[in-house]
Amino acid sequence: MTDRDALPMIHARGLEKHFGETHALRGVDFDVEEGRILAVLGPNGAGKTTAVRILCTLTMADAGEASVAGFDVRHHPDRVRARIGLTGQFAALDELLTGRENVEMIARLYHLPAATARRRADELLERFDLQDAANRPVKTYSGGMRRRLDLAGSLVAEPPILFLDEPTTGLDPRSRLGMWQLISELVAGGTTLLLTTQYLEEADRLADEIAVMDHGLVIARGTADELKARIGGERLVVTVDRTDQLDLASRTLTTIAGDPQIDAGARQVSVAVTTGDGILTRAIRELDAAGVAVDDVGVRRPTLDDVFLILTGQHPDAEMQAEGDAVRQRDEVIA
Amino acid sequence: MTSATHREPMHTGFLTWVADSLQMVKRNLIHIRRTPELLLDVTISPIMFVLLFSLVFGGAIDVPRESYINYLMAGIFVQTIAFAGIYTGVLLANDLKNGMIDRFRSLPMAQSSVLTGRTLTDLLRATLAVAIMWIVGMVVGFRPGGGVLGGLGAVALMLLFGFALSWIGVAMGALVRTPEALQGIIFAAVFPLTFVSSAFVPTSTMPGWLAWFADRQPMTLVTNAVRSLTLDGSGGPTALAAIAWSIAILVVCFPLGLWAYRRRTTQ
Repeated sequence: MTDRDALPMIHARGLEKHFGETHALRGVDFDVEEGRILAVLGPNGAGKTTAVRILCTLTMADAGEASVAGFDVRHHPDRVRARIGLTGQFAALDELLTGRENVEMIARLYHLPAATARRRADELLERFDLQDAANRPVKTYSGGMRRRLDLAGSLVAEPPILFLDEPTTGLDPRSRLGMWQLISELVAGGTTLLLTTQYLEEADRLADEIAVMDHGLVIARGTADELKARIGGERLVVTVDRTDQLDLASRTLTTIAGDPQIDAGARQVSVAVTTGDGILTRAIRELDAAGVAVDDVGVRRPTLDDVFLILTGQHPDAEMQAEGDAVRQRDEVIA
Repeated sequence: MTSATHREPMHTGFLTWVADSLQMVKRNLIHIRRTPELLLDVTISPIMFVLLFSLVFGGAIDVPRESYINYLMAGIFVQTIAFAGIYTGVLLANDLKNGMIDRFRSLPMAQSSVLTGRTLTDLLRATLAVAIMWIVGMVVGFRPGGGVLGGLGAVALMLLFGFALSWIGVAMGALVRTPEALQGIIFAAVFPLTFVSSAFVPTSTMPGWLAWFADRQPMTLVTNAVRSLTLDGSGGPTALAAIAWSIAILVVCFPLGLWAYRRRTTQ
């Protein structure tokens, strides 16, 4: 508070939070400089949403400190709230109000004058391709429309700092691309953004920096390239025909390169390799000799999936899929 | 998106609080317009009560000096106001299940305006209920002799009492887990209180110990004051006590409601 300008726009040190026996956060640090994007990447239950809720003043941390725009979230929640926009995992909209009524109400609660609220609502509804639905109650909206309207509400007062908690979870691929486009435009305008996601591609595509969270801790941070670099160069990926041969394939690959990672869901074993020494043909020969039925084998650049698998020992896709299904079911119930 | 448009919050400002509360009232009124069945408890129910009590029980109950319908109306008024007031809690409990509360809590608005907006809306609902009951009562023979001032005084007292009770509703709505559970509690608490009072029969017809309680509980005090105001224009012996009870309930339940709401939403 004494030296606001010296602090990054979003700043957290040693955040801890527990709900009963569950430790949602176990000492989390974040820093996001003005105009930068941090993606917080992690599976369900990693603590992403809890961290966002603390930074947005919705929840108080049990320990640690956090400031947004230089204001302590615990002692000056109203000053923080005047400078942030939040789009949560589940659209925080009034089902009975129309899209326009929702955005205008939010604008008025940011204390914009009535005329400005109307003008901003019109602009955003048009920009987010919602003008045709603007006068319909939100309960008639699809999942993608709700997400866009929710984002419009968060942007109505032009907050300099934006929190997006899993902005595309549960959206169909087309709506997801649309959201990415909108988010990219925002950030080009200089907004400071903290984004949580379970989608590695999303973090890779949108963020300047990525913090990987698991079980309440940040287990790795850096740019997408830095994270990829941490797990070595290219990877040899072997897809086996039968899951029960994964261990055998893994043992076989150990003889040509170190420390293979198994991804049971994808029936794949992967291992960091250095190219140029005929590794592919050697691998195929060894696997064949060991009696492993191979579906596919190839060498490729590491993806963030590999990063995640190596850092946490689990593949995020399985959980991501379940979450996506849950959200879709929920949306269907509402519709 | 520029970052130049910082707006300093005026969260301590009285005007901001009023403006935010009015936004909440506006939102609640839009809800009522889109789902008119939200008004059933303050329209159809009181009409039914007026008709049932006056036409079904009216012939069987004798009250001193007055026609039964003249006696009855104050009771129906206060009963309806009491239920509508506490029912605020059910509406608030429903609001709390909605993701909208998180949105409100991330905005630089006066957080208590969610509650004041709720109780002010319910004050409007109560006013509508009183107007409807008054008209239906007149149709079936209600002839208040208290004049305009007496009538206005009666309405003002009812609304004050109803507003106070709606803060009990707020506190309960924030403390109780589900709207359904709250509805059960309301039924179990408010029903006996309205019946063990002077609402429908003179307390002198009750057993001594019950009459002792009935004569001293706020429902009776408010009902008697409303009855005097409507029928002869005076507040009667209980008007001051009725006002004192209403203010006491407000003084206790307003901060209690705010505390419970804050506790509930800051997890």
